[in-house]
Amino acid sequence: MPAFAIKADRDQLVTDRLTAAFGADLLSHERLYDVMCFTVVKERVHELLAFLKNELDFGFLTSICGMHHPGEALELGLVYHLHSMHNGHRIRVKTYMALKDPQVPTATDLWAGANWMEREAWDFFGIKAVGHPNLKRILNMEDFPAFPMRKDYPLEDPTRQDKNDSMFGR
Amino acid sequence: MSEKTIIPGTERGKPTIVAPPEGHTGSGFFATTVEQAIGLARKNSLWPLPFATSCCGIEFMSTMSAHYDLSRFGMERLSFSPRQSDLLMVMGTIAKKMAPVLREVYTQMAEPKWVLSMGACASSGGIFDSYSVLQGIDRVIPVDVYIPGCPPRPEQVIDGILKIQELAANESLRRRYSKEYEDLLTKYKID
Amino acid sequence: MSEGTKPDYWQRDVVDAGGLNELTTLNLGPTHPATHGIFQNVLTLDGEIIVSAEQTIGYIHRAFEKIAERRPFYQITTLTDRMNYCSAPINNMGWHMTVEKLCGIELPKRVEYMRVIVMELARIADHIICNTIIGQDAGATTPFLYVYQWREKIYEVYEEVCGARLTTNMGRIGGFERNFSDLAWQRIRAILKEFPPVLKEFEKLLVRNRIFMDRTINCGPFPADRALQYGCTGPNLRASGVDYDVRVADPYSSYSDFDFLVPVGQNGDVYDRFMVRQQEMWESLSIIRQAMEKLDKMADKTTFRADVPDWVLPPKEEVYNQMEALIYHFKIVMGETEVPRGEVYHCVEGGNGELGFYLVSDGGRTPFRLHLRRPCFIYYQAFPEIAKGGLLSDAILTMSSMNVIAGELDA
Repeated sequence: MPAFAIKADRDQLVTDRLTAAFGADLLSHERLYDVMCFTVVKERVHELLAFLKNELDFGFLTSICGMHHPGEALELGLVYHLHSMHNGHRIRVKTYMALKDPQVPTATDLWAGANWMEREAWDFFGIKAVGHPNLKRILNMEDFPAFPMRKDYPLEDPTRQDKNDSMFGR
Repeated sequence: MSEKTIIPGTERGKPTIVAPPEGHTGSGFFATTVEQAIGLARKNSLWPLPFATSCCGIEFMSTMSAHYDLSRFGMERLSFSPRQSDLLMVMGTIAKKMAPVLREVYTQMAEPKWVLSMGACASSGGIFDSYSVLQGIDRVIPVDVYIPGCPPRPEQVIDGILKIQELAANESLRRRYSKEYEDLLTKYKID
Repeated sequence: MSEGTKPDYWQRDVVDAGGLNELTTLNLGPTHPATHGIFQNVLTLDGEIIVSAEQTIGYIHRAFEKIAERRPFYQITTLTDRMNYCSAPINNMGWHMTVEKLCGIELPKRVEYMRVIVMELARIADHIICNTIIGQDAGATTPFLYVYQWREKIYEVYEEVCGARLTTNMGRIGGFERNFSDLAWQRIRAILKEFPPVLKEFEKLLVRNRIFMDRTINCGPFPADRALQYGCTGPNLRASGVDYDVRVADPYSSYSDFDFLVPVGQNGDVYDRFMVRQQEMWESLSIIRQAMEKLDKMADKTTFRADVPDWVLPPKEEVYNQMEALIYHFKIVMGETEVPRGEVYHCVEGGNGELGFYLVSDGGRTPFRLHLRRPCFIYYQAFPEIAKGGLLSDAILTMSSMNVIAGELDA
């Protein structure tokens, strides 16, 4: 017995409704472990979220986070976790965008809580939420020069002098 | 703390009696140097400014609360105003965003002042060797005593504070006017 | 406000109507003693009434998510400790469960119950801090000095189980690193026996205390619909009247085997938050008691982890003497352990609410991406809305009742 429960009938219902409503714009849907995962073109992500919220009872936004897949055509991604508390059902919505044009419509008009999550995605990945009321850096300093969670940004503090390669064989 | 390891002069239920400094005793008088008398006073009435940022702050709360009881060392009174405090206790990670604030707090404190760096993060950045964390507060302010540990146990904190008390008791009154001290502050670009 | 009466609490409608316009700006934080953590609030006040608040956070941003991308799975436990350091074991176990879900590791019942015991102790420790601090900020120092000592007792259990006090790094992927010693069981039993009278006395001091009630009832109310809008979870959401608890909604670690209540409040004010946490401590004690009973009935007294040699470093004497153990040691340290590709989301009920781990694995030794859903980060953004129209001193109390932990806030 796996350590998680799958809500197959709810998953099927959501999949059917979304495929009917979004057609080819719903790029893929698959079940990863216990959660259904939908990928949608970024132009219609707001519409999809609103549909899920209003029609399918996903009233609770669990989290929003950015992704970076270097080397792919659509490098940056944004992942939404939604939760329907009435049905005890979670789903995941993904959308991908090119590095040159990292813009998605904001979800702050649907959930007030999306505010800081989108600011975090902007701070970490440089994903712009269009229409966000106050899109500025949240965790890093205002004048931070880069988007640190992108894969090409180095983790380690560059000012350390006690770590040289001759000592550690790096 | 088990009963056998009680720090001298801090037995439960008894007032802390501080040993007098070296000096000449006769009938009705006791003579010592001003330096030692002032050192004695400073040592036993340090007002700490707890600059608690993260996990170490919780461990400091343990040190302050009834079980470990920091007030045995004349540190009953926490001073949250930098202008009235003698000891800056930096506890927890200092991010680069926080560094200017820490420096500001340090410069606001009046001389003489001591700095205690509690925990691995404050001392060296600890496990957080990342772009956002200051790799040790000694990059922005001078530090007197470092306490290792992530987080240090309250016993270690008490030990660090005893070390600070030793420094305070034995510090020369002229030290803060000396060239070495001035050079130190210049090195940190603090006027 | 007429003399001698309670202020007309939370004048949100007055603020909304634009009735307040003699404005001053006050900077609260980032190192203010009343904020219990480092975050900045720039408040706009009329007299003592808050018109608006603007928050700045990130003062201890430590880049957990970035560091996690460079650490093998078993080393990430140390990072999770330092998120909500008031209840570190819950974070540890949450992370272990996430990896177990990814790899399909199943745990024996005994291990799950042991986890439940530790997690509930951690929850008590977390709520002790929050509730005694509420007392402290309302002007009652006694509870802090008196009840806080019980955290020390819980630390003693941690010490016996894993050796650390605060940042525990407890357990391993697949269970625990060793069995609980007899002393650990004794200490847990001692807590079960001796803590309830203390908790009772704590409640006697505050719960029906007129001063405390006047100070906290209707202070910082937050209606349920707004709380859901802002993504609040945990005691703060339950205080508003929504009975959402991850332990019940998505049971993990055999929580479905236990019989416990989910306390809810009504207005989501400071008093409700206090009471919800207080009740949860009772429920936690009851859960621990049930788990102990279940464990006592079990014939098995020795299992402390699932059979997952791929994940747990073998003891050193075995590494030096047995080939098998040496191979596993090598595999783990060099990152040769096979991890499936895939992505999982797992959440546990942390001290402050739904603590989620979204783990994306590309089959490598480190996660491709780990996103941490930190409940503090998400609900603290509601603070300006809660504080609006209230008095400055009440805003401080509201802040401490929300239990904002800086480490979790900034990650």
